[in-house]
Amino acid sequence: MTDDGPVLDVRDIRRAFGGVRAVDGVSFALARGELRALIGPNGAGKSTFFNILTGQLRADAGEVRWHGRPIGGLPPPAIWRLGISRTFQITATFATLTALENVQVARLSHTRESRALLTPAARREVAPSRALLEQVGLAEQASRTAGVLAYGDLKKLELAIALANDPALLLLDEPTAGMAPGERGALMALTARIARERGLTVLFTEHDMDVVFAIAERIMVLHQGRLIADGTPADVRADPQVQAVYLGEEP
Amino acid sequence: MVLFLIASGLSLIFGVTRVVNFAHGSFYMLAAYVAYTLATTLPLGAAAFYVAVLLAAFTVAALGTAVEMLLLRRVYRAPELYQLLLTFALVLVVSDVVKLVWSSENKTGPSAPGLAGAVRVAGQLVPTYDLALIALGPCVAAALWWLFYRTRWGVLIRAATLDREMVALLGVDQARLFTGVFALGSLLAGLAGALQVPRQALTTVMDAAIITEAFVVVVVGGMGSVPGALLAAVVIGVIDAFGVLVLPRASLVLTFVVMAVVLVVRPWGLLGRPEGQGRSAGGAVAAGLGVAVPRAVVAALVAALIAIPPLLPTFYVWVLVEILAFALFAASLHLLMGTGGMVSFGHAAAFGLGAYGAALLVRWAKAPMLLAYAAAPLTAALAAIIIGFFCVRLSSIYFAMLTLAFAQIAYAIVHQWYDVTGGDNGLLGIWPPRWLATPLRYYYLALVACGAGIGALAAIGKAPFGLTLRAARDHARRAEAVGIEMRAHQWLAFVVAGFFGGLAGGTFVFLKGSVFPESLAVPVSVEPLVMVLLGGVHSLAGAPLGAAVYKVLDTVVTRYTEYWQLVLGTILVLLVLVFPRGILGVLGARARD
Repeated sequence: MTDDGPVLDVRDIRRAFGGVRAVDGVSFALARGELRALIGPNGAGKSTFFNILTGQLRADAGEVRWHGRPIGGLPPPAIWRLGISRTFQITATFATLTALENVQVARLSHTRESRALLTPAARREVAPSRALLEQVGLAEQASRTAGVLAYGDLKKLELAIALANDPALLLLDEPTAGMAPGERGALMALTARIARERGLTVLFTEHDMDVVFAIAERIMVLHQGRLIADGTPADVRADPQVQAVYLGEEP
Repeated sequence: MVLFLIASGLSLIFGVTRVVNFAHGSFYMLAAYVAYTLATTLPLGAAAFYVAVLLAAFTVAALGTAVEMLLLRRVYRAPELYQLLLTFALVLVVSDVVKLVWSSENKTGPSAPGLAGAVRVAGQLVPTYDLALIALGPCVAAALWWLFYRTRWGVLIRAATLDREMVALLGVDQARLFTGVFALGSLLAGLAGALQVPRQALTTVMDAAIITEAFVVVVVGGMGSVPGALLAAVVIGVIDAFGVLVLPRASLVLTFVVMAVVLVVRPWGLLGRPEGQGRSAGGAVAAGLGVAVPRAVVAALVAALIAIPPLLPTFYVWVLVEILAFALFAASLHLLMGTGGMVSFGHAAAFGLGAYGAALLVRWAKAPMLLAYAAAPLTAALAAIIIGFFCVRLSSIYFAMLTLAFAQIAYAIVHQWYDVTGGDNGLLGIWPPRWLATPLRYYYLALVACGAGIGALAAIGKAPFGLTLRAARDHARRAEAVGIEMRAHQWLAFVVAGFFGGLAGGTFVFLKGSVFPESLAVPVSVEPLVMVLLGGVHSLAGAPLGAAVYKVLDTVVTRYTEYWQLVLGTILVLLVLVFPRGILGVLGARARD
């Protein structure tokens, strides 16, 4: 992929649930290596938008291009194979598998070995999976079951899973939701470091404004399904419309 | 008409409580017997029959209420599998209770006083009673309509079928609503059973006959939809009638084909509503951690299985072969329900088609035994490729129903294709060649085949595929978001399970020397479910363990009493209510403490 155009190009995406226009004409483009935040109040359409990008939902209208190629309507597994990985707002891990196995499953899917019937999984993709756990700081927890991990560790585990396909684009849906304030900054700093090391493009939604303004290079604001602002943190902070609908009381 | 009564009750119960009530047919049968006894003993002259019908219906309604309050209420929150098994346990218990009280001889009930004659309609003699029943149909439908659309209770029920949680949040006492619905459903079943008395001889298998037909109607009409039940009862009735005229030898198949087609095209039925999207075939079993069985235990067991049989009397060697076959059968189902979280109610299709595959080759192609034996798993896998293709598209409860439908289709084909399969006479004389025909030699062949099968299943469970399947079971959306194509994996699991289920069926044929359509019937689908649960659903080792315990119990109990179903039903109730994690689960919990 040597093109210099946008990695991801989204044009006029729309999606309604009954009469509610959850996403109402969203357009933007992501450049390679960007770290961008998508913010907006609850119900602004952030998760709906993410689910459209990753194939969990279909858009009613609009186009999503990946390196110029239309990918709208592809199912989630196909999106993942393109190198677009995601995490979920409500942590989604495989509860009865160990942390290591959680990552292994994703690695085995990436290497297309998930249908191997007779080779023992215990010896496949172990080293890369351990390396990923190490990267997110979960090496110690490798043999514990996901179901018993602490909430913050689950968030890290999800990040490790999402990195298993060596993605080019990482979509993080509220990666720090439910974590203690102190942990949030640390996890996002870790995410930002990993993204820089790997040359990843990152788009994340987040409610914690301290995290957003500390990390994001650029911020988009979604309100009632529409983008009302798109710019640097300083621009967005100064935008009167954003202050009115969203930041309201917070300067 | 009777079908409508039964099916609307079944559909109603499902719609509100989400419980698929297998025992519905048993309530129907029970009411018929109660009505029979009352009608022939009550000293009321001509009125006796009508009083008996009403009393029987209300007796069964009371029983249904008791069942709901004492048993079902405890498992509403449990995975669907446990609810299904609990109601199936009731089927077994009621069936044996009926045999105990009324004996298994067929009974012919009294005719309805005042409606005993026949009328000439369009040149045909039609019993007056049947016409009365046909007239009663719209009356009951109208009464139900009034109940649902003109009473507060009806509004609540309709609301509950749409959104249970919301109704609960609005402060409606769910427990009472559920009990009421179950009572009403049982009442309808009871009424249907009691009204059937003058029309047919009472038999102890009338529960099974009606419940499968009612299932078809409910599924075709849409689970939870009473108008759907009415429409489907008419449709199925017409198809039945035409089927007998046009394709007399395929009439049984026809209704199940209709059911399968509806499930594939419109899983929520003709008048039902689609369920929330995004559910996969998995997720019908509670997630839980497996219990690792130490290698030393496995090695010791294998050594014992090799060394001990020569010392045993022949009878026990035969029992051991049967245990081996069922251990493999249960283990193959475990791959689906334990590892994959997909509960199949039609795994008998694998077992029976494997068995018939081998038997037909021997019977018609005079194939050598070993070749036919090898064909058993291949036949079953081939069938699983076709059946699985359709089934893995559906979410959990519909997956179970569609597997059941396919197993019933297979059963019906085998049952009615007389020239090839011998129908219910089965295929006889399917023995191993002389050099293998001693109990001990056949035992060792079965040990090698089934041992290898279970070993392979264990390896598959630990392979990337098994790991991926567990991941998909744990969290379908997460799995899809890491590139795992759910359906493709579930389909493969279905085929692998079918393959080994077929091997088990093949082992069984040459053990018994014969095969009958019963090898494809519902009880054969339920047995491995029970075995897996009994042993412990969270470990593969639970399946063979459960099979062994089950078969030993079966052998011991049938020696002392003919009421094995009563014992089995009681075990099932205990399993579901007290030990849902099975033997290994209990042992594992002990070990962890």
